[in-house]
Amino acid sequence: MDLFEYQAHELFARHGVPVPAAHLADDPAAARTAARRLGGAAVVKAQVKAGGRGKAGGVRPAATPDEAQAHAAAVLALTIKGHPVRRVLLAQPVEIEAEFYVSYLLDRAERTFLAIASAEGGMDIEEVAATRPDALARIPVDAEEGVTPQKARQIAEAAGLPAEAEPVLVALWRVFVAEDALLVEVNPLVRTAGGRVLALDGKITLDDNAAVLHPEHAAYAEQDGAPGGGLEAAARAKGLNYVKLDGRVGVIGNGAGLVMSTLDVVARCGADPANFLDIGGGASARVMADGLGVVLGDPDVRAVLVNVFGGITACDAVAEGIVQALAEVELTKPLVVRLDGNNAAAGRAVLAAAAHPLVTQADTMDEAARLAADLANAAPEPAADPPAGTTAGSRPVPAGRQGGR
Amino acid sequence: MSILLHRESRILVQGMTGSEGMKHTRRMIEAGSTVVGGVNPRKAGTRASFDGTRVPVFGSVREGVDATGADVSVLFVPPRFVKDAVEEAVDARVPLVVVITEGVPVHDTVSFRARAQAAGVRLVGPNCPGLISPGRSNAGIIPADITKPGRIGLVSKSGTLTYQLMYELRDIGFSTAVGIGGDPVIGTTHIDALAAFEADPDTDLIVMIGEIGGDAEERAAAFIEKNVTKPVVGYVAGFTAPEGKTMGHAGAIVSGSSGTAQAKKEALEAAGVKVGRTPSETARLVRDRLTGR
Repeated sequence: MDLFEYQAHELFARHGVPVPAAHLADDPAAARTAARRLGGAAVVKAQVKAGGRGKAGGVRPAATPDEAQAHAAAVLALTIKGHPVRRVLLAQPVEIEAEFYVSYLLDRAERTFLAIASAEGGMDIEEVAATRPDALARIPVDAEEGVTPQKARQIAEAAGLPAEAEPVLVALWRVFVAEDALLVEVNPLVRTAGGRVLALDGKITLDDNAAVLHPEHAAYAEQDGAPGGGLEAAARAKGLNYVKLDGRVGVIGNGAGLVMSTLDVVARCGADPANFLDIGGGASARVMADGLGVVLGDPDVRAVLVNVFGGITACDAVAEGIVQALAEVELTKPLVVRLDGNNAAAGRAVLAAAAHPLVTQADTMDEAARLAADLANAAPEPAADPPAGTTAGSRPVPAGRQGGR
Repeated sequence: MSILLHRESRILVQGMTGSEGMKHTRRMIEAGSTVVGGVNPRKAGTRASFDGTRVPVFGSVREGVDATGADVSVLFVPPRFVKDAVEEAVDARVPLVVVITEGVPVHDTVSFRARAQAAGVRLVGPNCPGLISPGRSNAGIIPADITKPGRIGLVSKSGTLTYQLMYELRDIGFSTAVGIGGDPVIGTTHIDALAAFEADPDTDLIVMIGEIGGDAEERAAAFIEKNVTKPVVGYVAGFTAPEGKTMGHAGAIVSGSSGTAQAKKEALEAAGVKVGRTPSETARLVRDRLTGR
């Protein structure tokens, strides 16, 4: 999970990384109050999980609370790379003398951690890496030893950072380890005219696998008005591994690799997938029914492809889930199902017995993808504006029939 | 022969007495594996029964190894306990440790992987289906009945894609199939498995399945070019994956232009690997190579 800047700011402060004073605001009046608390002047910063914020007009210095209010109103009206700005961070302005870059991250290839630091901060670090690779110091960090004061000195010296940055490097490592982060990045790390070293902007990616160790991280997900919208949120609420895409064929499968492969095969058949949905290993009928409910709720979907190779997953449970879903949502789109592997014959028999006119079974993955792609391409475009309160594809059944869930 | 896992392999199951552990231990035994014990300190001294096969439960890995001579440990323990469990197996010098568990914190994996390597212990996973040498032994959750013994070696990040390809090529059969797992940090890599298959006299052809994210496939391509003389057929999943989105596997994320399926396919092809665009095309390429077409 990527964090917003204000969340990173909060974690930095908690672990002793020096940061400028700052307050969060979600409307212009609150921004005005925040600026006053900071002494009048403030930098208004859009809170979005997207790069290029400054270029998009999402960072504006204000000299007075009035100006901060006006800037906040303008910034809160922005959408940056598809991300609507819902909050602004008001930060105390600092007089910058020098800008640096520092990050800790997972080095997948070497299977260890890596510190990257540079005396050329403030700009796009990928550009620095591409144009002036010598300006970046890359120092491996042993997981057991971590960033000790000695290690911090080594990093600072290799990158040309001032000695005052060394304790900050140690504190940032505390953030990285204590929060189970996959990335902690500060850009820029600045030295102020007064000689202080501050983390002016930060990015943190948390390890989703470590959520079990950090129940407090759940609050960050709640505050995430993520794009991908209602469908992704609905899927997350049901514990489904779902990613919205922009095509017409809904795809459900088991195992991340097989689902990715299914998307590719659908694309090879001339149709674009509408989503990625992995029901995982050992999926129950309930998980399958929930998944089908989410995919059918996507108005972009014209046809649905279920591709399951049962390893741990039993195909009859998948088939039962499909039948269950058909009782819960009215199917108005064709559904193509391919079941192979564990209990495949029983699963096919369950679907055959249900004999739903919109459900077709296919023998192979290729055949199923071809069929689903053709059905999606042949489906008529829906009316441009469906009546309010309905979705184009599925209608929930009356509440009375949902008893017993 | 086979790689890593053989008919003689003696398997200990950490987390055997849990529901997943029981289910899959039963399947492993049905597939012909020699499961010599389970580990659970709270149930030490008891026995678990699998259709007449009674398997002793030990209080520690050390105890289990001393009593049975186990040389493989398969882990079904919950994510937050995996680090301790792997360290226990490593300290007991079990030569092959297979972590099936999904959702292990990455900081934990970085730590126990380094420890395993320092001790000379081969780690497979985490978040993997394990490995199978069909007809000989099965250490993990790969279904044993979808294929038969044969002369193809397979290495894959993805479990279900492994099953798909094993099924498509079930008439030819496999020496060993290794599911190395989809996490960003794993023990055994494509390269490790490629090296082992290259050295295995009973493997004629290697199927390598990759997916978006990281640069393991590119590294494998460079390794193949220099070190692998046997034919390799590849498949890469994730051509349609959007940038910056995690597609299920924690490792499957495309960042910028690196880690794309196209880049991986091109790197493999440059190393002389035939790469299929779909699982069925990949299976066809395997048949073509084996019949000399």
